[in-house]
Amino acid sequence: MKVLVPVKRVIDYNVKVRVKSDGSGVDLANVKMSMNPFDEIAVEEAIRLKEAGKAEEVVAVSIGVKQSQETLRTALAMGADRAILIVAADDVHTDIEPLAVAKILKAVIDEEAPGLVLCGKQAIDNDMNATGQMLAALTGWSQGTFASELDIEGDSATVTREVDGGLQTIKIKMPAIVSVDLRLNEPRYASLPNIMKAKKKPLDEKTAADYGVDTAPRLEIVKTSEPETRKAGEIVGSVDELVAKLKEAGAL
Amino acid sequence: MAVLLIAEVQGGELAVDATAKALTAAAQMGEVTILCASEGCAGAAEAAAKLEGVSKVLCADDAAYGHDLAEPLADLIVSLAGDYEHIVAPSTAASKNVMPRVAALLDAMVISEVTAVVDANTFERPIYAGNAIQTVKSGDAKKVATIRTSTFDAAGEGGSASVETIGAAANPGLSEWVEDKVAASDRPELTSAGVVVSGGRGVGSEEDFKLIEGLADKLGAAVGASRAAVDSGYAPNDWQVGQTGKVVAPDLYVAIGISGAIQHLAGMKDSKIIVAINKDEEAPIFQVADYGLVADLFEAVPELTGKL
Repeated sequence: MKVLVPVKRVIDYNVKVRVKSDGSGVDLANVKMSMNPFDEIAVEEAIRLKEAGKAEEVVAVSIGVKQSQETLRTALAMGADRAILIVAADDVHTDIEPLAVAKILKAVIDEEAPGLVLCGKQAIDNDMNATGQMLAALTGWSQGTFASELDIEGDSATVTREVDGGLQTIKIKMPAIVSVDLRLNEPRYASLPNIMKAKKKPLDEKTAADYGVDTAPRLEIVKTSEPETRKAGEIVGSVDELVAKLKEAGAL
Repeated sequence: MAVLLIAEVQGGELAVDATAKALTAAAQMGEVTILCASEGCAGAAEAAAKLEGVSKVLCADDAAYGHDLAEPLADLIVSLAGDYEHIVAPSTAASKNVMPRVAALLDAMVISEVTAVVDANTFERPIYAGNAIQTVKSGDAKKVATIRTSTFDAAGEGGSASVETIGAAANPGLSEWVEDKVAASDRPELTSAGVVVSGGRGVGSEEDFKLIEGLADKLGAAVGASRAAVDSGYAPNDWQVGQTGKVVAPDLYVAIGISGAIQHLAGMKDSKIIVAINKDEEAPIFQVADYGLVADLFEAVPELTGKL
């Protein structure tokens, strides 16, 4: 079985986000970028499947600006076998919508014929939580979203999902799209020798046009603004004072 | 313009709070029909019909819809989509699972976590863990959206819409339910509770989380947790508050032993009053807290619980 892992280059999760003063978006110039943390978990899971003999090949794919090849090199250093970069934007501020991403991934699936797609449940930039589900719709495949456990046996997979009330376990038919949640695994760090080796692994470069997909956004961004900030509160000196303040505020 | 609102139905019962809040948003887009799809959902449909401002309720009672499986539910919603310009749902684990699938089947871009309806085509939604608010205008013929319930007031009751039973769509048979692991609790539900008491890494162990639970029970509160606490196994996943967990906006939020990473703030910063108890006075949580207490939680929390 071949496993396809889509990865996204996003702002590093430790970086403080700044909204541009003209309201056109978030400032991404000269900002540290990294692999979306959920996608790291997906890459890790794919590699573990390979190590367990349940997958033969792990292919990482990224759609976005040319610099996404750095993100793909990270996936290769973690242990992916090869990578496909699909350039779909020139400007780092251009976010390709999940629907367009899913359409491109569908085209990749038609070429690559993987048995499983493992993806992060959401990207920490646009917080859409949509690509996996949309890809499942376009392929007509089953979906196991927000996975915290994954067990593949033959032509089906048992997926434990993080849901509102706790955990839900479902059985889905393969091929499938599985979107991963935080607790599925702890991604490994790439070792220096593996980072060096990753530079020699194959990385194909294509464009969205090669797949005939129109990436024009369906959602026009009217503006991007700062959220309302909270007023700084006060530090109380004791539990008694806290209780008194809360009573005064009508909170108790 | 006609709106189809997918009700949140859990175990055959209407999740009134989530559905009524999403209804408030949906009513700003047009005339609302509610779909209740579940197994044994006649009661849920009747409850939905009593919500203020609902014109009709559709009830699809079928075993295929009993466990929030995305594939059959998406096919049902798509089969009904022709009559509606908007298809919306409260942003719950169930709808986050199914709505993007519905959108892609309709060749539309889903609009996740809507926090304000500007007009029928234009919506606000948080991005970057709530560090920016984006206003987007949909050019799609059908608008598919999930509604962040914490930012809308619940619609009232007093309606008397008609209930129409509809048949199930064909089940593609791609998935089957195995089991749910849901902890039974007498506490209020996290996303609709008036008071939430949350613990973080500072609590230190699953055992010591009892301190958090004790204070919560004294306050009649729901219990929440930071990602660090959940990852460390101190608290179950469904307690997680934050960017990738639940988003809450109670009247009172008490953060204990929580440093206040932006990913956590994303899930609670709209709370009316925030209290933080942390021994590290530099913790970022104090920058959003109305009342901060710099103290060892193992002393302060039992004292607070005792004095309430």
